[in-house]
Amino acid sequence: MRRRPVAGAVAIGATLTLALAACGGDDTTTGGASTNEPAYNAGVDKVFNPSETKGGTLRLANSGDWDSLDGADTYYAYSWNFFRLYGRALTTFAPAPGAGGTKVVPDLAEALGVPSDNAKTWTYKIRPGVKFEDGTPVTSKDVKYAVERTLDKDAFPNGPTYFNDFLDLQGYTSPYKDSDPDKLGLKAIETPDDQTVVFKLKAPFSGFDYFAQMPSTAPVPRAKDTGAKYKEHVISTGPYKFESNQLGKKFVLVRNENWDQATDPIRKPLPDRIEVSLNVNAEDIDNRLISGDLDVDVAGTGVQPATQGRLLGDPNMKKNADAADTVRLWFMSVNPDVAPLDNINCRKAILYGADHTGYQNAYGGPPGGEIATNLTPPLIPGSEKFDLYNFGSKPGGDVDSAKKALAECGQPNGFATSMSYRAERPKEKALAESMQQSLAKIGVKLTLKPYPQGDYFRLYAGKPDFAKKNGLGLMTHGWSADWPDGYGFLSQIVDSRVIRASGNTNLSVKVPEVDKLLDQALVTVDTAEREKIWPQIDRKVMEDASILPGVWATTLLYRAPTLRNAFVNDAYNMYDYLTLGVK
Amino acid sequence: MIALIVRRLLVAILLLFVVSVVTFSIFFLIPRLAGASSEDLASRYVGRTAGEEQIQATAEKLGFTDPLVVQYGRFVKGLVAGTEYNYGPVTEHCPAPCFGYSFVNQTPVWPDLLDRLPVTVSLAAGAAVLWLIGGVATGVVSALKRGSVFDRTAMGIALTGVSLPIFFTGLVLLALFSYKLNITAPGGSYVPFEQNPADWAYSLILPWIALAFLYAAGYARLTRAGMLETMNEDYIRTARAKGLPERTVVLKHGLRSALTPILTIFGLDLGLLLGGAVLTESTFSLPGIGKYAVDAIVNNDLPKVMGVTLVAAFFIIFANLVVDVLYAVVDPRVRYE
Repeated sequence: MRRRPVAGAVAIGATLTLALAACGGDDTTTGGASTNEPAYNAGVDKVFNPSETKGGTLRLANSGDWDSLDGADTYYAYSWNFFRLYGRALTTFAPAPGAGGTKVVPDLAEALGVPSDNAKTWTYKIRPGVKFEDGTPVTSKDVKYAVERTLDKDAFPNGPTYFNDFLDLQGYTSPYKDSDPDKLGLKAIETPDDQTVVFKLKAPFSGFDYFAQMPSTAPVPRAKDTGAKYKEHVISTGPYKFESNQLGKKFVLVRNENWDQATDPIRKPLPDRIEVSLNVNAEDIDNRLISGDLDVDVAGTGVQPATQGRLLGDPNMKKNADAADTVRLWFMSVNPDVAPLDNINCRKAILYGADHTGYQNAYGGPPGGEIATNLTPPLIPGSEKFDLYNFGSKPGGDVDSAKKALAECGQPNGFATSMSYRAERPKEKALAESMQQSLAKIGVKLTLKPYPQGDYFRLYAGKPDFAKKNGLGLMTHGWSADWPDGYGFLSQIVDSRVIRASGNTNLSVKVPEVDKLLDQALVTVDTAEREKIWPQIDRKVMEDASILPGVWATTLLYRAPTLRNAFVNDAYNMYDYLTLGVK
Repeated sequence: MIALIVRRLLVAILLLFVVSVVTFSIFFLIPRLAGASSEDLASRYVGRTAGEEQIQATAEKLGFTDPLVVQYGRFVKGLVAGTEYNYGPVTEHCPAPCFGYSFVNQTPVWPDLLDRLPVTVSLAAGAAVLWLIGGVATGVVSALKRGSVFDRTAMGIALTGVSLPIFFTGLVLLALFSYKLNITAPGGSYVPFEQNPADWAYSLILPWIALAFLYAAGYARLTRAGMLETMNEDYIRTARAKGLPERTVVLKHGLRSALTPILTIFGLDLGLLLGGAVLTESTFSLPGIGKYAVDAIVNNDLPKVMGVTLVAAFFIIFANLVVDVLYAVVDPRVRYE
């Protein structure tokens, strides 16, 4: 989930934003369908065990380390989801099940942003009465300072760069190098009074409310800012504050006595205490969830393969499982820089010949996700399904059509090329082996090349020179949107103008018509009209055969029977951590 | 004896220096020889949307643009004299020995190591007591009752212990005793000794048993073999003929002679474990040095890797020194000039 905006991006959805502002209101409680009966998918599109009972300790665990508790330096969906417990950004995604959760609503701000100057300027009013955990009132300057510090990629190298890319910085780099005595020298953000924040952009962008929901906009008190050490104790504006934080081991949140429910229509914090253990063995997490010793696997990426078999095979356990659709696509890039895949018909032969049943099996079978017939996941508003290469009707591969395409590209007996995948990922290895077998039937000989996942995009598959030099005709890939939106999903994998020397996420698509459609979408303010463009882009890329879509991923989550208010939020594709309670 | 200890300490310092140079070369030099540039190395420690400018700045910040000798010199300077680290609005002094700052999360390495060391020491020491007592006792009894049902059963169990991988044994023990029967602590529930000794021991029962089960086998078989050899010696017959109690014959005369190889192995095993029981800590989610090492390697966090490697090397060297000294205590025939 990374995004690099095109220079000169214009409007992404002024109408969408205005529509959200019109119907946003302050009523963002969960509501909707609910159930108390444990059943498969009881937490999908409805609330499981609705409750307003306070008390108890919510216990979560992470199989790895937290990337950062500091809003300036975090870029994982689970972290953005969890952040809302101790931080209030200007806006947030509504804590509601299913598609309701993809709605952006005001949080620290009284209302969604007010655009002006053709959406180059965005104004927010902060709710009065919001305080930090020490009782100090939050002002607009604290929000400005928070955004300023995220610009310092020396101190915060891992966070998103949207503000670096979109704000009219005029050379500003960091409050830590700011000569202004108050360290508020960034002219791109104005604070005319204590409640008002004004953002000035380089170019119009009507989707700014999506930026405003990032943890980067949660206020930071300058007097307590310790730069890269701030993550050791983030000063809370949410209903919980840090009681303790042992980096790499465990942290505990307790109620923030200076959080005022009257200023917060979104949250109904139920647990008295939240404990998060880090670096816990992944299999052990699953066992602890099932035994009742743990409430949530906070990473939200689903149970381990061994547990999946147990869950789905045992009816008693299956009723505690939720199969959450996601905005993630597992796919392969078909590289037009590597002969003979520079010929479109050779690329089409690959798409026709690929075994999609094998693709799906490599990612865990049907529970792992649906066979993708095109790019855009169904959760993305405006997405449409279509099938140009018979992935649905001939999931094992259309050998006849493949051989016909090979003849048309002058390779009737097939050809040889290489396929890359990430060495540490068993599913990608299984996929590579499946492709090797299925494409052998049409005469395409694949040499499999594993590369370390940490450097996969920087040094190998994502480096065009390396890929070409090493004959990487097929490159295993996966992509998830930073938020559920067509532009957010497509631009980083199909826009040819984001391709650079290394670190690419678009490994193969260079279609001028696609670039033009993306630009058109940015300036299309009507939501319905803009959403019609995504399928057009999708179709152009599929016609170009430069991406072989594999699986629209599903995550199998275990819903601990101890949970209250458990539901999958489509904005994060995991349980919404803002509403959870415990028995 | 004093001269031996001083000589070995000097050699230890030299060895640690060699280990540091070799480790530094593996992680800093070899990628360069393979063609990686400063920016290639720095790109591992930035976000995925980082531009070329940010990567270049990170390469400079982490010192990758300096010659390798300068980078190593900076590391050694930190070890002996400390260094400064800029967090943005604050600069922190890292006193000696300063192993540097994590490339990934910018935390100082030495405090992390000190924080995790007690976990690994607790795990290793407790398991060592169990496997020594269990393994040696089993070996002694098996030797004395050679060919009996006990002997065959004990050796069979010992073989099982050494054959099953710890991640299997550990997960099975957790599933059965922690999650099914609820009589032992779940994974990831380590409590420091100073916080609550009883909870500390409770949190380590299963890891101790799992680790001891793995090691006891070797000690049982080694003790059995050593005892079988020594119990047939003439001096044992003489001791019995003199009317000494059988317990004195077995323990003071028989076992003592068989202890030398056990000591050697014990020194090596304990030294290695103190450097990080990687699989055990990962299985039971114990925040020790072993888990720290795994995470460091996976994330290419080179300062952490350097720190763990040097600490592990220190323990192995130290453990072997202790073993050598104990030889002279255990076996009067051994005298150091």
